[in-house]
Amino acid sequence: MDASIRLRVDGQWRTLDVDTRTTLLDALRERLGVTSPKKGCDHGQCGSCTVLLDGRRAVTCLALAVAHDGAEIVTAEGLADGEDLHPVQRAFLEQDGLQCGYCTPGQVCSAVGMLEEVKAGWPSQVTEDLAGPPELDDEEIRERMSGNLCRCGAYPNIVAAIRQGAR
Amino acid sequence: MTVEAARRGGEALGDSALRPDGVLKVTGEFAYSSDLWADDMVWGVTLRSPHPRARITGIDVSEALAVPGVHAVLTHEDVPGEKFYGLEHHDQPVLAIDQVRYQGEPVALVAADHPETARRARDRIRVGYEVLEPLTDARRAALDPSYPKVHGDRSNVVRHQPIRVGDMAHARRVAEVVVRGEYEVGMQDQAFLGPESGLAVPAEDGGVDLFVATQWLHVDQEQIAPCLGLPTGRVRLTLAGVGGAFGAREDLSMQIHACLLALRTGRPVKIVYGREESFFGHVHRHPARLRYEHGATRDGRLVYVDAEIVLDGGAYASSTSAVVGNAASLGVGPYEVPNVRLDAYGVYTNNPPCGAMRGFGAVQACFAYESQMDKVAEACGLDPVEVRIRNAVAEGSRLATGQVIDMPAPLAAMLEDARAFPAPPPTGTADVRDLPGGVSNTTHGEGVRRGVGYAVGIKNICYSEGFDDHSTARVRLETVGGEPAALVHTAAAEVGQGLVTLQAQIARTELGVRQVTVAPADTGVGSAGSSSASRQSYMTGGAVRAACEAVRERVIELAEERLGRSLPGASLHDGRVVAADGLAVASLAEVLAGRAVEETREFRHRRTTALDPLTGQGDSHVQFAFCVHRAVVDVDVELGLVKVVELAAVQDVGRILNPLALEGQIHGGSAQGLGLALMEEIQVRDGVVRNPSFTDYLIPTILDMPPMRTRILENADPHAPYGLRGAGEPPTLSSTPAIVAAVRDATGRPLTRIPVRPEHISCG
Repeated sequence: MDASIRLRVDGQWRTLDVDTRTTLLDALRERLGVTSPKKGCDHGQCGSCTVLLDGRRAVTCLALAVAHDGAEIVTAEGLADGEDLHPVQRAFLEQDGLQCGYCTPGQVCSAVGMLEEVKAGWPSQVTEDLAGPPELDDEEIRERMSGNLCRCGAYPNIVAAIRQGAR
Repeated sequence: MTVEAARRGGEALGDSALRPDGVLKVTGEFAYSSDLWADDMVWGVTLRSPHPRARITGIDVSEALAVPGVHAVLTHEDVPGEKFYGLEHHDQPVLAIDQVRYQGEPVALVAADHPETARRARDRIRVGYEVLEPLTDARRAALDPSYPKVHGDRSNVVRHQPIRVGDMAHARRVAEVVVRGEYEVGMQDQAFLGPESGLAVPAEDGGVDLFVATQWLHVDQEQIAPCLGLPTGRVRLTLAGVGGAFGAREDLSMQIHACLLALRTGRPVKIVYGREESFFGHVHRHPARLRYEHGATRDGRLVYVDAEIVLDGGAYASSTSAVVGNAASLGVGPYEVPNVRLDAYGVYTNNPPCGAMRGFGAVQACFAYESQMDKVAEACGLDPVEVRIRNAVAEGSRLATGQVIDMPAPLAAMLEDARAFPAPPPTGTADVRDLPGGVSNTTHGEGVRRGVGYAVGIKNICYSEGFDDHSTARVRLETVGGEPAALVHTAAAEVGQGLVTLQAQIARTELGVRQVTVAPADTGVGSAGSSSASRQSYMTGGAVRAACEAVRERVIELAEERLGRSLPGASLHDGRVVAADGLAVASLAEVLAGRAVEETREFRHRRTTALDPLTGQGDSHVQFAFCVHRAVVDVDVELGLVKVVELAAVQDVGRILNPLALEGQIHGGSAQGLGLALMEEIQVRDGVVRNPSFTDYLIPTILDMPPMRTRILENADPHAPYGLRGAGEPPTLSSTPAIVAAVRDATGRPLTRIPVRPEHISCG
């Protein structure tokens, strides 16, 4: 069955007819030509397809497009204004928080979403003081980023990049 | 370095230059092979064998062809040229002919207008199989001539390489301490995150243009063209974005298949493997069984090593021969051993094919010989670092192959450095989140023990054993918008290691220009060899430098003509020709006067020789690289859970060309070694893969990767460009045995098999 949906992708409204079984990731990549989110596993295991979905980080391979009619989607491409990078992207570049770069758009979106969660006071598994605002130390960064795999093992530099991007 | 500083061009050799492709990679606009698109393209899918060994009794494609939207269904009968390909032996069929030899072997191809249509059609291909019992015992394949053959009459032994040095009978008499061990290494997967993919576009000349993620464009081209029945020049390859490689893109995957479908349909064809298919779409690290016996004096000096290494190559040879060469020639490790009897075998079985993965044969041996060194230390009552220092090679040492190390090898000092790293503070047990397993830990930490382990490894850099290893670079210098600008063109694959960054750094330094562009890698320029064996800084770096030197010579000649005098010792700096006295005599813009200077150079490293087939003697390697790891772990000995608290590495890289990128290579290599030590294994039972997903094949997350300390030494190799030493692989060797040694230290368990599983710790 097909359904007509509207998505606001990186600031632009797009209308498309999708088979109701289409994932949000396939709708973005194959229907709209938005290839910034990557398909690493298609099973929610690697995090490469992470975007900001209505302001929160989400893996698009586990979302059905039809369930997000009217949603606001920001990919890593939409975080930047052309050459003018988001501070987190700039930090990934300057700290070399990437090697092959395949996981990077997902890492970047995940980091941006995660920093918002911290700002909103959401505690994580490793937060010491549940009453106060969480303090973003390396342990917090690693805990909160553990859903994004990087096979190149650029993890130490990813931690450094997020530390810089959070400033 | 900041983005602004980088844009000002402050990125010479030795700086932490930023990746020129980095901006596109952090936004996701960088086009990986799976992102490619052509308007009228169709999608290719592969039908694979469900059986590890079977005879094919018939293939019926008629139902598949009848599916609306299907453009082509191909079997081996549709392969117009050579039916077989391979890196070292042409033993692998493009599509299975009369039998299948591993689970996942490609049998047929479908092209359709939608991937789902293609998959549905694929399910309607009828293949008749007469299932046979798979041959999966690698040791029998190596040693038992009566074991049935995987390939008709051909021996199951792809290569047997002995090493024979000294007098073993005498050595056994004088050894005062003997330790023995049998070790096993599980099958590791490269698990790059960007699955195999590419786009083949039929060309008007009857040829094909292939855009693909690979490690070596020209060796792909040489294998593809004969199978298509085309001259090499009609198969043109361009490197698409590579989402990680680690050895898994050295062999062909979808390349020939996509080209066949494109030529048959006359349409561009895209093939993208999913994650599950990717586990069947590339070769893996050879699983190994290793039997070692070390003899030593009571004060811990090695007298002999007697070893047998069996590497399971699976159904097709891939690079098994070279892997065996490494395992044999580096099989006693970076130690002086006067007497050696070692036999390394690589064999055919009906297990998944194995070939290149970071560390390439040296990884498996390193786990065994380093485990043995700890046993020697224990038997002699010595500290594990001390026993290694007493036996460590140095410049001038003779290896088991007879080759003398003619470059710095400061291993003893590196071991001292590793020992001198400050110890990380003890982990408290008050907070369950600090325990191994974190909140999954159901105890109060009463079973948690701290352990420390050390390991060293020796890795050859570049291709060995007489291979004609070379790389080609074309460099063009011209004026663009009044500014001198250089264009560097090679066929070298950027796989994430930072090679495009380095090529630009070299051109900037050698030509004294800020503006450098690295052209997309393609087969329009000569071969660069593979992005493997930690060789590209050495080889393509060497080629780019040579081409830049040639350009520089010609520019200086032009300056001499213009000025009417000779300029001995002149150089190029900051856009100017600078005379030997340091004075700028002309700008490059003036000298070039609108002309372009272009030079192409091939770079070769010094010659190596084959290993003697009976004694394993020969100067088989170009360069040796070393890394030392110290691992600190907390282990819950009751639950069998391990937390790596810290990894520290000491590595000699000859010369640091890009500190930031280098650190990344050490982190990444260490992380992959951690994975092999504690979690990564393709589980194969009777030739069938049981865990082809990231749910069941675990790779380290950011939580598994501990903080790292690194100490990097720069003892230049006089034979290498800039004195550099390849850096990508050595950390992968030593981190695994260091972590396992640390777990042994904490638990007292023998831990002879990797990856170590919880039950090996808690149940022995």
